[in-house]
Amino acid sequence: MMDGIHDLGGVQGFGPMQHSANSLSYKPVFHENWEHLGYSLLFLGAGELGLFNVDELRHAIERMEPRQYLTSSYYDRIIVGVASLFVEKGAVTRQRLEELAAGAYPLALPLGAGRAASPPHIPFQSGERVRVRDEHFNGHVRMPGYVRGKHGVVVHRTTHEWPFPDTVGHGLPSASEPTYHVLFTTQELWGDAADAGTVVVDLFGSYLLKA
Amino acid sequence: MNDHSMNTVASASDRAFALKKALEEQALVPEGYIETFTEIMENDFDPANGARVVARAWVDPTFHQLLLTDGTAACAQFGYTGVQGEYIVALENTPTLQNVIVCTLCSCTAWPVLGLPPDWYKSFEYRSRVVREARTVLREMGLDLPKEVEIRVWDTSAETRYMVLPFRPSGTEDWTEEQLASLVTKDVLIGIARPELPALQPRVNQ
Repeated sequence: MMDGIHDLGGVQGFGPMQHSANSLSYKPVFHENWEHLGYSLLFLGAGELGLFNVDELRHAIERMEPRQYLTSSYYDRIIVGVASLFVEKGAVTRQRLEELAAGAYPLALPLGAGRAASPPHIPFQSGERVRVRDEHFNGHVRMPGYVRGKHGVVVHRTTHEWPFPDTVGHGLPSASEPTYHVLFTTQELWGDAADAGTVVVDLFGSYLLKA
Repeated sequence: MNDHSMNTVASASDRAFALKKALEEQALVPEGYIETFTEIMENDFDPANGARVVARAWVDPTFHQLLLTDGTAACAQFGYTGVQGEYIVALENTPTLQNVIVCTLCSCTAWPVLGLPPDWYKSFEYRSRVVREARTVLREMGLDLPKEVEIRVWDTSAETRYMVLPFRPSGTEDWTEEQLASLVTKDVLIGIARPELPALQPRVNQ
């Protein structure tokens, strides 16, 4: 959701990286015997059963109470999101989940309305300068807050199209549109309070205006 | 819910298995579905796949060109397609450009070529900081790049899935594709490390 706790890009205060490059092997992929259920039950619901889509899952996680979001492990957040959707879609009840888990089973907070796409009438071209819409809305969005209102340059328009997350993330049907890889300087995003460099964000045309 | 014990939040493990059980009670879990999908996640998705793609691009100029113009088609030649890999874009490093991948909003990654994302990639530290202070974050993880190298961070905020195409280290001119692939780790494919010849790189315990 816009301005949610998950929108972490550029947020200050987190500590140093604990990882040292090339110090880990890929396996074991999962560290605890329940973690694989996060993804496998997600794709059971999203693929096999067709009950929901991945944007709805992302949004369900965004709808977690912020303190719960920050203190839950990664796969725990997936479990909360997937369980919330199975309950909201009527496949299982929260009461049954609490009985089986023998404890409280916190789920995502209620879903809001969502919004329709508003893609540009003329698609943007590579090399074109664009401005991210300076807007606020209550619902799922895939525009990180740190680019809101900022200027950048299109470096790629995808040849593939996808439904608009702000619509399908709320379980509503949507037409598809390409996305744009938009290059920003860190100077544009955070002024001098950043390392010099560039950031490319993959943005739906509905988030963009001609600069 | 009047029972005091029911107010205590169940553990993540108990909640995960409760969800599985509740879905099974509704006959919503096909026989073997979870086992098969988990097997794919653990064995089919693997950064060794991305390493093979990079090595091929280093030895085959036609494939190199295809990888840069249509990464999805290039990866599909190896069978690396499917969920979280439907639109793959390869990002080519040069001596003066280092590409780095992140997903600030969640944890999106090109599963078929990079494998599932590692814990550090999903950490709040990486997600919050790498877009804003990439040079510092890379240095903390052991990659101290000279000032003249631009660091370009790609935020996986929609459905494009990225892989980094590093530049081939000198001194590998007579190497086989398989030998070359061994230089390309998961961290190299994400962009927080550069391929280095074993002799120049202290081995780290796995």
